[in-house]
Amino acid sequence: MTEHQARKLASLTTPLLLIALLAVFVLLVGAFGDRSLGRMAAETLIRVTLVVGFWIFVGNSGVVSFGHAAFACVGAYVSAWVTLKPEMKTLLLTGLPDWLAQAEWHVLPAAVAAGAVAAVLALVTGAAILRLSGIAASIATFAFLAMVNTIWANWTPVTGGTSSVVGLARYVSPWVGLGWAAAAIVVAAVYATSASGLALRATREDEVAASASGIDRYRHRLAAYTVSAFFCGVGGALMGHFIGVINPDGFYLSLTFLMLAMLVMGGIGSLSGAVVGVLVVSIAVEGLVRLEKGVTLGATEIALPAGSQEILIGLAMILVLIFRPAGLLAGRDLSLPAAWVAGRAKTTK
Amino acid sequence: MTLQLLFDALSLGGIYAIAALGIALIFGVMKLVNFAHGQFIAFAVFALIVPSTDAVAVMGLGAAPALVLVPAILAVGAGLAVASEYLVFRPLRNASPVALMVASFALGVVIQNGLLVAYGGRPKAISLWPELGKPVALLGAEVPMLQIIVIVSVLVVLALLAVMLKRSRIGLEMRAAAEDFGMARLLGVRANAVIAGAFALSGALAATVALVLVAQTGVADVRMGGQIMLVAFIATVVGGMGSLPGAVAAGFALGAASVALQAALPIEARPFRDAFLYGLVILVLLLRPQGLFAAASAKPRV
Repeated sequence: MTEHQARKLASLTTPLLLIALLAVFVLLVGAFGDRSLGRMAAETLIRVTLVVGFWIFVGNSGVVSFGHAAFACVGAYVSAWVTLKPEMKTLLLTGLPDWLAQAEWHVLPAAVAAGAVAAVLALVTGAAILRLSGIAASIATFAFLAMVNTIWANWTPVTGGTSSVVGLARYVSPWVGLGWAAAAIVVAAVYATSASGLALRATREDEVAASASGIDRYRHRLAAYTVSAFFCGVGGALMGHFIGVINPDGFYLSLTFLMLAMLVMGGIGSLSGAVVGVLVVSIAVEGLVRLEKGVTLGATEIALPAGSQEILIGLAMILVLIFRPAGLLAGRDLSLPAAWVAGRAKTTK
Repeated sequence: MTLQLLFDALSLGGIYAIAALGIALIFGVMKLVNFAHGQFIAFAVFALIVPSTDAVAVMGLGAAPALVLVPAILAVGAGLAVASEYLVFRPLRNASPVALMVASFALGVVIQNGLLVAYGGRPKAISLWPELGKPVALLGAEVPMLQIIVIVSVLVVLALLAVMLKRSRIGLEMRAAAEDFGMARLLGVRANAVIAGAFALSGALAATVALVLVAQTGVADVRMGGQIMLVAFIATVVGGMGSLPGAVAAGFALGAASVALQAALPIEARPFRDAFLYGLVILVLLLRPQGLFAAASAKPRV
């Protein structure tokens, strides 16, 4: 086995290691945690699905998108439209077409449909947005997010407007979350090592050199954007079915901020960075939320004011950008050493 | 009726132009897309009132006479912007534009939640210069006094800024820095002074927007800068990233488009006006991806 082959094999261990890491996390929480920790684990795994989906585009293309929360929004509503009980829909969402109002799907095809609709939306809007250069494209994705939010908040007969849609089946346990997170990780790893993924990463490193080598930047960006939107759509659907209540503002700036914070802190350059970022930030958020509720230390009760969670995460994000710009993992991937994979003796130079 | 629409378009476009200018100035000198600009606006609004989480706003600075109030709020905006530059963006001077953008987004979240902690989340009613809301007859149209003041002051601000950029030394240096920052430094332009100057100006422009917004809406809300910042972003992209005249022109164009859509759309489609506006922008960019007035430095050199 040549060194190249050994390295290639070693890189295949990355998704397996990440999935194993998440599985250990779920098992540990299941064994030692209380109910609220169990909920936190499920939420974390939903975020892994979202952020790994987000990473497929941002990590490989180097273009920051502010629009992926909109795909989560669309996904959540699509899943609500097809799974809610028909009598509920005739009451709340009077503008739905007949076939949709009568639909009562199982949750799994609903999640897939959520991702598929988000992906189609990404294909159509990305075809316009991704023609722009990097920074302008980022701003256009922001406009896209605002556009979706405006439509969803005002299209009352179909989306319920600013009042929440309630009654979604709450089926998302940590294991369901783990399943989708694992799927996202596998697809992300396969895409990153595919021809399209490698070409896209070449444009990230040097746009001019890549296009001089005959790489069609636009096509690969659009492919990654579409795949990435699929998992954000699924993540949104899972979020809806985790909380049971959805609202357009639940998928707006604060979700965008959280997804970006996780990706930036873990490291935008690698898949492992995305996953580790979600774990680290989720655990920190859980701690801060408990502090906001108040903690009794001896005789004194300490409680952080509401909103300090975002402030601290924002500050942490700025500090990471200043002192460790590539994130915690600095663009490296977790993988077994190449020598182990090949067997030490057989590795030849 | 049409004259009324013209005044509406000019005053709305003027606000957008001022906000877009604040973003384009900073982008020009350090390639930073400042996602905290909307929070600079909100901060300047809240500087008018005494910090408390009560529902009723107690005027602090806002009770001062206009001659004191206006310069003081402009100074607050400029001060916040310069402080952000010093604490956040100076350490990131050599970072990539993407990292800068993400950092400014985080800074915006920090400022917004800081306001939330200090003032509470509910919108508060503020009456700043209520006498300006009275309509006056002008050329056969009923125009609120405030609108005329907004249009006049926007024109004054733009003229002052143009004179400053064309005539003063720091203005010359800023334009040089926007053209080619590396070359400008080699020719003796003081980087720190120019960048701090651009931030101070941008912050003062944000404060101008804040004053106009408060006088128009009579509300202080921690989220109030967001929508206008988004339109301002779009204006800078449509105008060609980093082009100052482009940003101003696109700001006015967006104001006009917004007023025209409001008038032309059927009643049931009006809540979606902004969605149409953003859609229109994406359409414009499909035809001219580099913006209407592309700056010379927009294309990377090889």
